[in-house]
Amino acid sequence: MSKTDTSDKPVKQIHLAAHFPGVNNTTVWSDPEAGSQIDFSSFVHLARTAERAKFDFLFLAEGLRLREQGGRIHDLDVVGRPDTFTVLAALAAVTDRLGLAGTINSTFNEPYEVARQFASLDHLSAGRAAWNVVTSWDEFTGQNFRRGGYLAREDRYERARQFLTAVRELLDSWQGGEIVADRTDGTFLRAAGPGRFDHRTGQFDIGGHFNVPRPPQGHPVVFQAGDSEQGREFAASAADAIFTRHGTLEAGKAFYADVKGRLAKYGRTPDQLLILPGVSFVLGDTEDDAREKSRVIRRQQVSGATATAFLERLWNRDLSAYDPEGPLPDVEPLVDAEPIVRGRADTHRDDRAETLARWRAVAEEKKLSIRDLVIELTGRQSFVGTPAHVARQLDAFVQADASDGFILAPHLTPGGLDEFADTVVPLLQERGVFRTEYEGETLRDHLGLAHPDHPAAAGREKAAS
Amino acid sequence: MSRSTTPLHLAVALDGAGWHPLAWREPDARPADLFTAPYWADLAAEAERGLLDLVTIEDSLGLQSSLPTGPDDRTDRVRGRLDAVLTAARIAPLTRHVGLVPVAVVTHTEPFHLSKAVATLDYVSTGRAGVQVRVSARADEAAHFGRRTVPQLPVAELDSPAGRALLAELFGEAADYVEVVRRLWDSWEDDAEIRDVATGRFIDRDKLHYIDFEGPHFSVKGPSITPRPPQGQPVVAALAHRTEPFALVAGSADLGFTTPHDTGQAAAIVAEIREAQERAGRGGETVHVFGDLVVHLDEEPGRAAERRARLDAGLDAPYSGDALVFAGTSAELADLLLEFAAAGLSGFRLRPATLPYDLARISRDLVPELQRRGAFRTAYEADTLRGLLGLPRPANRYATA
Repeated sequence: MSKTDTSDKPVKQIHLAAHFPGVNNTTVWSDPEAGSQIDFSSFVHLARTAERAKFDFLFLAEGLRLREQGGRIHDLDVVGRPDTFTVLAALAAVTDRLGLAGTINSTFNEPYEVARQFASLDHLSAGRAAWNVVTSWDEFTGQNFRRGGYLAREDRYERARQFLTAVRELLDSWQGGEIVADRTDGTFLRAAGPGRFDHRTGQFDIGGHFNVPRPPQGHPVVFQAGDSEQGREFAASAADAIFTRHGTLEAGKAFYADVKGRLAKYGRTPDQLLILPGVSFVLGDTEDDAREKSRVIRRQQVSGATATAFLERLWNRDLSAYDPEGPLPDVEPLVDAEPIVRGRADTHRDDRAETLARWRAVAEEKKLSIRDLVIELTGRQSFVGTPAHVARQLDAFVQADASDGFILAPHLTPGGLDEFADTVVPLLQERGVFRTEYEGETLRDHLGLAHPDHPAAAGREKAAS
Repeated sequence: MSRSTTPLHLAVALDGAGWHPLAWREPDARPADLFTAPYWADLAAEAERGLLDLVTIEDSLGLQSSLPTGPDDRTDRVRGRLDAVLTAARIAPLTRHVGLVPVAVVTHTEPFHLSKAVATLDYVSTGRAGVQVRVSARADEAAHFGRRTVPQLPVAELDSPAGRALLAELFGEAADYVEVVRRLWDSWEDDAEIRDVATGRFIDRDKLHYIDFEGPHFSVKGPSITPRPPQGQPVVAALAHRTEPFALVAGSADLGFTTPHDTGQAAAIVAEIREAQERAGRGGETVHVFGDLVVHLDEEPGRAAERRARLDAGLDAPYSGDALVFAGTSAELADLLLEFAAAGLSGFRLRPATLPYDLARISRDLVPELQRRGAFRTAYEADTLRGLLGLPRPANRYATA
């Protein structure tokens, strides 16, 4: 098979990760093959599939309060997930190379504890830990935590930035090499009181001694997820990879160019930030077969009740009286009322009128029912086709600089990646754009990211040169 | 000697290279491996070989120190440790029977996070999770979080009014913390996930419950994000040396670790905990009281005492801590344990003086000795930690049935 790229540009290697399908309506729980999203065996299955396919890492999302709609717990989607750190540590026991990436909120945690947890995970996995830093401001989730909901919305990235800085300072408080453990002369530590740190900024007033030695990767790989202007700057300044939702070629290329273009002002090069969109896929024996499967899956993902619930988020009112197979509601949204949805990021806080006009126009033009409109609007499968077709598309996407790879979200737990691993991955390997064996030990190795030098070591090098 | 007796429960407490400060210098010690998974996996496997009920894994939010105020200036002792919950999770898939009980500090952490972490440890170990809750009265650990200050009281002043007030505050908060954690474990009824394709509902939301906890240190709304774990409620343990923590054990825990130095003390501790249990309205519930002992074990008479003396010779004064230090043969230890058991203890947590040596002596010498006396199991008789400890699976407080 010939490579897609005919220019002088070197062929890029694709990075692949597996997103454990969990709490959302793209996970099809009604399928007879759908298994538990909680039992550890499900995590083991997906992780081993991903490792068998030589994926870079497994990715876990997080949510710290159950979603509500209309004052009641949302009951239509998968609900319930285990603790991120605990699952990843356990997965380290049943995998050898696969990276282990967890979403951890910087609002409802403290830097000392998170730094300990990631340093411990990195030690316990021999260098495979990654952190997807997310932020939150909402009081709704805060009601589960000591701090409560006092963080102002505009402060969330400032806290995230200081949080990440503090965690890196804690991890750098051990340079590596402090532990001598010489039995004969009785020297355990090279010097007394390792791990000294002092971080006094607007959000944190902490100091003392960190109690975990420097982990194998130095720092966990840091992901940022979020598409706002602040989020892009945060990623460009501080992250190793960015988890995006731009699954189309044109949107992907625009985002890629934008974010990579922001790196220079932080003294960074384009290869120091990987861009990895979260995408879905449907495979079939023929193109038509795949399209039909995709259509069926979309209907499973968007039931009538799910479609109504989706609309209620924009209308911000109870729409249960409207037939989801009928036309859009003729009533106007409630703009000033309390949000009907709690615990979900996108509640159309700022763009309600504009969005409503667009939806009405689409529905009218294509003569869509509520349910068909929601199917039209939401997360269609990014890659649909035969394995050969999907492999070509994925490769073309990466070679066109629309991304550096993909975080694949199967729609079935836990077997949804099996077919991809068995059919698409070998084709990517044949094209020479995906590894056939792990070349390194750590996640940083897989992603082609440098192991961060300790600041003191970097200083010594500078002084010597 | 052969006599019929109630079988004992046996745990080991894992900490670094062992509980003796110079354990890391022993010939078979692995001080360079303390921060690697295989080290902990090997220790857990050895405990499981001995059919032990559970292992605990020590933890703290600061560097180990010989001082109560902050890090010391020593370079000849083990310093640094991994998060105990993550360590327990890392070894869970590699073991099948032994209970896994990490220490978690409750003074500076979030009950919501710990609740789901221990529930998840229960899932990844299929029903073998517990947690040993610990308060932190150290000013240096408080400074690592910067959210509150803890007055630095000398140990001698813990019985002063200020000391008692501090202990009451910290242990009162710990009791609230455990209450929140337990309510969160119950916040999903066991059959809340229904996957009802006909109605399109994944859960029956009437079987999920807000816990609505309000207290002086935190309020938590709930429900948990993690469904009720396999054991319903994992086992809650605490180490207790005095009245305030005895009250925590009696009112909140399933298992208390205590440090009697003779059978008279053992009987007095058990009596105090039982009384507090009655006061807390838990008179009818099983609350295990284990005795903690630091153990040097060798089969050749006098050898353990020699090892202990050799290790102590490297210190300014012989090693002594909160718990009785035993050095002797497995027959002598079995005698001692059975005496203590007769005073009312239902089991023991042995703290190996050196690892892995004393742990192997426990699993390979002490356990067969106790088995010969009919005082310890000869095979695992249950799949869960609650099962091993004879604790029932708790009913869900929110279920209306």
